[in-house]
Amino acid sequence: MENIGALAILLAFCFAVYAVIASLVGKLAKRPFLVISAERAVYSIWVLLSVAAGLLIYALISGDYRLTYVHNYSNKAMPTIYKFTAWWGGQEGSLLLWSWLLSTYSVVAVWINRRRFRDMMPYVTAVLMSTLTFFLILIAFVESPFRVWMSGKGIVDAGDGQGLNPLLQYWTMVIHPPMLYLGYVGFAVPFAFAIASLITKQPGEAWIHTTRRWTLVTWLFQSSGILLGAGWAYAVLGWGGYWGWDPVENASLLPWITATAFLHSVMMQEKKGMMKVWNIVLVSGTFFLCIFGTFLTRSGIVSSVHAFAQSPLGKYFVVFMAIGIASTIYLILTRLDFLKSEVQLESVLSRESSFLFNNLILLASCFAVLWGTLFPVISEAVTGEKISVDAPFFNKINVPIAMGLLLLTGIGPLIAWRKSSMDSLKRAFRIPAAAGVIVAGVLFGLGVRHFYALVSFALCAFVATTVVMEFWKGASAIRAKNNTNLLSSMVELTHRNTRRYGGYLVHMGVVLMFIGFTGKAFDQSITVEVPQGGSVQLGRYSLKIVSMVADENDNYTSGKLTVAVSRDGADLGTLTPERRFFKAAKQPSSDVAIRRRLHEDLYLNFAGMSNNGEKVVLQAYVFPLVSCIWGGYWVLLFGTLICLAPNKTRLIYPRTEVVGITGKHVKVED
Amino acid sequence: MNKYVKFGIPIVAILGALGWLAKDGVNETKTYYKTISELQAMGDRAKDQKVRVGGDVEPNSITREDGKTRFVIAQLDGPKPLHLKVVYVGIEPLPDTFKNGSQALADGKLGPDGVFNATKIQAKCASKYEQKPELKRPAPAATPTGATI
Repeated sequence: MENIGALAILLAFCFAVYAVIASLVGKLAKRPFLVISAERAVYSIWVLLSVAAGLLIYALISGDYRLTYVHNYSNKAMPTIYKFTAWWGGQEGSLLLWSWLLSTYSVVAVWINRRRFRDMMPYVTAVLMSTLTFFLILIAFVESPFRVWMSGKGIVDAGDGQGLNPLLQYWTMVIHPPMLYLGYVGFAVPFAFAIASLITKQPGEAWIHTTRRWTLVTWLFQSSGILLGAGWAYAVLGWGGYWGWDPVENASLLPWITATAFLHSVMMQEKKGMMKVWNIVLVSGTFFLCIFGTFLTRSGIVSSVHAFAQSPLGKYFVVFMAIGIASTIYLILTRLDFLKSEVQLESVLSRESSFLFNNLILLASCFAVLWGTLFPVISEAVTGEKISVDAPFFNKINVPIAMGLLLLTGIGPLIAWRKSSMDSLKRAFRIPAAAGVIVAGVLFGLGVRHFYALVSFALCAFVATTVVMEFWKGASAIRAKNNTNLLSSMVELTHRNTRRYGGYLVHMGVVLMFIGFTGKAFDQSITVEVPQGGSVQLGRYSLKIVSMVADENDNYTSGKLTVAVSRDGADLGTLTPERRFFKAAKQPSSDVAIRRRLHEDLYLNFAGMSNNGEKVVLQAYVFPLVSCIWGGYWVLLFGTLICLAPNKTRLIYPRTEVVGITGKHVKVED
Repeated sequence: MNKYVKFGIPIVAILGALGWLAKDGVNETKTYYKTISELQAMGDRAKDQKVRVGGDVEPNSITREDGKTRFVIAQLDGPKPLHLKVVYVGIEPLPDTFKNGSQALADGKLGPDGVFNATKIQAKCASKYEQKPELKRPAPAATPTGATI
């Protein structure tokens, strides 16, 4: 069976090489049948990789411990769902997932464009298949998922495996890696279209129109993946953090930052024909940062808590990225003439310039994160001493950047294109600015002295007010005209311009998340060693250790604490943090208990026993507002889905323009 | 005013401010990677510089008492094994992967008593990955190695 799997991967590799050559030759020598045959190769590769993936999953679930991969990441005692997720629990399997997803995306891209863009498609196929070829080299020749244990000439059945890392046996970990991968891999498609448009010297913005939805969908996957990772860290790692500026986390953040910048600056190109070179740079940058992120997690060049094995993959990635980046730069430089801006920037107070500054600080943040992540590598190369920088470095630079972005989130959508006057700005921002000042004032009056917290809450109020006002103004106009109620006018308004109002909702989600992030400034925590029956006080909460019960199953042994919780004397029931010891991995793991409420979470971690089992080590935290982050995510998700929904028919257009008269935007955007 | 100047001033101001913050951030948090032997060779300088030191946690050396976790890490690649006593003084709970025999990275400063005061511990359970299976049948002397197909 492992032979069939390995053979499928090998064949997929051959087909991918064939697809690259056939589509290029077919295009250049004007042999359409070759192009078609290359596209069919793309479909066949998907079938082959699905077979390989299916076999690996079957081996994991049925427990074929002759395979080293199954032995390393699965065991008999694990629940079936985690046997399935062991597919991406290790290096070889996750590379197979990468390849399979890329091939799935390629199939979709080739299929929906099978009758369109006949000029560009051969190059799109070639770029996608070159990328796939690279990943297939890795799993066909370097890190095969279908290795078996050999002893002399015989195959050894190890009998049972070591199990998936206990930290990964948690529900968000079931979907976090595939989400992130969907986001990472998905950027190959916009990148392929960008490159194809460069090669074919497309004058227009065809590639941007076709890839807008791709970009948005992959961006949504990236956002979901990152947030799920944060949610996992919060609920599993036992210290209540959701972000630690670990290299691997940074690696997932970098392409997200450039993708966000791209989503914004792409509007400049669509509406104004500006920033054409920049957009190509951003989409290529995002793609290479996705590859770089995979490289960082897979090569072990920087030490990370995501303990992956050192592997020989690093040099392959370096070569692939060097070739890719060099060809992209060459293409851009030789095509500069086709990428001239149609319009020039006019005023600092304009929508264009707000996009420019949005891009500037997003990229500054991306650069700072990249710099900090690679600091050990850079400093070793320059000074010979390996020096790392820590979370405070990242916070110091990214907190002000985030505040700047938040400010622009409020200003950008309201400021006029081309040129805006001070007067109109005063009119537009009087109320939101007042809201911000009032919020900061009230909080100051209540005794909040944390500088960034005050700034952040004020800006959140500012942005939220601008968004609410936009909805209110648009909806009121429709209500007055159609005599409908406010809610249905809002739905109507959103439906008329899904991109604009969906975008506002995304901004609203971001505001909610920032409220959650800012809550971090007010965390309370305590670590205590208490005997059973003892109690502790944390803020307004009083915690009493009622009992400790030991238990055991096939997978782990565990100790479960029962803690009675009360606040200001009122009984709030019990929480049961648990500590597990996984037998196969010989590793403990915490199952924290969290009392989640909108305004604050109470978070208990049973950290172990001390003084030879006499005392319980309990870590208790109060995290204010943390739920807003997860709530904000759902708003962001909803907003992005609205952006993806098509507008109400174009016939409505003249009516939509009437709405514009109420505000500053005479022309309503598409 | 020239357009380049109009856009240039805010851009330079923003980047300048961020650069300054970055420089400050680096100086505040930079941590030198040292081995135990390098740390001992640093002498007194090690006491005011933030250092990240790595090693294998000595079996059975972890003790938890009165809210403090103490352990010993060892560097085994030299001519004779070097040991360093570590006391964890950080706030975050120790990672679950931290246990006797694991590889640990400790961030902190060397205390005046020669004990390393760590404010952050990262641990990698080296044995978990790349481990060979215990063979069921009496295998020949050849150690099992991974081979394709």
